[in-house]
Amino acid sequence: MNSPAVRLRLRRLPLYLAAAVTVAVCLFPVYWMISTAFKPSKDIQSSDPQLFPRTWTLDHFQRAVDADGFALFWRNSILVTLGAVLLALLVALGAAYAVARLRWRGRRQFMLMIFIAQMAPWESLIIPIYIISRDTNMLDRLPTLTLIYFMITLPFTVVVLRGFIGTIPPELEEAAQVDGCTRTGAFWRVAMPLLAPGLMATSLFGFITAWNEFAYANFLIIKQQDNRTLPVWLSSFQNTFGTDWGATMAASTLFALPALVIFLLLQRHVTSGFAAGAVKG
Amino acid sequence: MPVIDQRTAPRIPRRRPAPRLAVRKSPPRRGGTGRARNLWPYALVAPAVGGMLYLLVYPLVRAVLISFQDFRLRQLIAGDADFVGLRNYRTLLTDPRFWEVVRRTFLFMAVNVVLIMVIATLVALMVERLGRIGRTVVLCSLVLAWAMPVVAATTVFQWLFHSEFGIVNWSLTSLGLDSFDRYPWFANGTAAFAILVTLIVWQSVPFAAITLYSALTTVSPELYESARLDGAGAGRIFRSVTFPILRPIFLLVVSLEVIWTFKAFVQIWVMTRGGPGDATTILPVYAVQTALSSQRYDLGSAASMVTVVLMSGVLVLYFRQMLRQEDETR
Repeated sequence: MNSPAVRLRLRRLPLYLAAAVTVAVCLFPVYWMISTAFKPSKDIQSSDPQLFPRTWTLDHFQRAVDADGFALFWRNSILVTLGAVLLALLVALGAAYAVARLRWRGRRQFMLMIFIAQMAPWESLIIPIYIISRDTNMLDRLPTLTLIYFMITLPFTVVVLRGFIGTIPPELEEAAQVDGCTRTGAFWRVAMPLLAPGLMATSLFGFITAWNEFAYANFLIIKQQDNRTLPVWLSSFQNTFGTDWGATMAASTLFALPALVIFLLLQRHVTSGFAAGAVKG
Repeated sequence: MPVIDQRTAPRIPRRRPAPRLAVRKSPPRRGGTGRARNLWPYALVAPAVGGMLYLLVYPLVRAVLISFQDFRLRQLIAGDADFVGLRNYRTLLTDPRFWEVVRRTFLFMAVNVVLIMVIATLVALMVERLGRIGRTVVLCSLVLAWAMPVVAATTVFQWLFHSEFGIVNWSLTSLGLDSFDRYPWFANGTAAFAILVTLIVWQSVPFAAITLYSALTTVSPELYESARLDGAGAGRIFRSVTFPILRPIFLLVVSLEVIWTFKAFVQIWVMTRGGPGDATTILPVYAVQTALSSQRYDLGSAASMVTVVLMSGVLVLYFRQMLRQEDETR
């Protein structure tokens, strides 16, 4: 009866309990968002909230998608985010190559600058950036957001790409150069294919950062409501939809979905500590 | 960050001469004069430096200037602001409301960071002791909580704590705590503050726990083994073996979390706008409220600059740790 195996199991019971609590606490808000989104309104507004919805409905999603400008804000978010990530990738690739492969005066200073930029107090720069954008007529325009998101994601991209380029042996490119490639050609044809997975992961993290950004989208897009992005739309959703929590949760689900999917796909990178500094914890 | 630096190959200085030789062998396109080659790296980093100068340094300088000016709605439109020296700072530092906000910011930061670090350490230690399946499940759910976008999570928490149909009030009432029937969480300052802390801890623990866990996996099992042979208990092992090894990463995470407290601006703005009253107003919220809601751009900038100065204290700590790691990997 009381074999050592059973006793070991019993001794590990608190551990499993703690693990179960952790999983429940982590997942419950996400689960509750999704299940509320699928519940019929009368079940949401009842004195007995069902942990598992008995009937399912897509009505809330229908209402969220039909909401004014949903497609437009979705498009805005995609445009701004993709623009920022591609720009950051391009600029960071050059800088990371220079830092990882070339020798020049000021390299260490440049990296220090990048590290400082990574910790930039963006919350404290809202006021001057608002005033500068106003002076230069950039208020209410999507390119302004693209530029700012580019700068928010750039430092992280440089740091990570530097690491990736550092792991590719320079001999590979040298061999290509001996065979008659230019240095740039060697980099594009030899190092780039090896870099591709790293580039992919890095840009996805940049994508999430820009996708989630709220403060600048909220304060720099004021009059031109058509240029709002999804986070701002979601935050004002309750004002438009009042007590319609089903539709609000459906909208949250639609907005959160890309980020959740990307994170799960990149789980290996996330848990290896790769994302440190990429996405605010 | 830490892991990234380990990945940064130490070979950079060592391999230096080779590419140059190779370039000489095959004439580069841009007429291979020495000068052109020396300018090449600068051309490559120029866009990054330019971006940082225009989008970070310039706004920061502008904020400093505005904080020394008389800058209100009129000056924003007409664009001719006078310098008034330290007047804004004097106004700010003699305002009891401002000091209340500073005090609250520190309280908010301390409560958040302590809770985050304690819970994250416990979770990391727990994950390390779990079997393969349990570990995967826990890590997956941590990642999902981490992935939740800030605005979405904030909206969900508002729904969880909804006074009438919120699941939290329902559970508390079912447990027999009848005073929570239709309890309006966001009307009470302390309750709103507590919800924001809960939200931020919920969002921050995954990152801290995963980072600490990946640091834990680098501790070699032999160390534990020999400590156990020497008769050390679990508590002693943590204090004398685990923690000293975790220390650098632990400090990095602490300083990151401290800095990120200021990013709670978004959660606060979406959830309470600093209310009810002033109960959840921390420095960045105060600055934006002063500047953009009351059109006192000068006072808002001054408050932002005070925030930056407070933060840079922590930043120095962070960079010292960071650069030490950089040098170790070189």
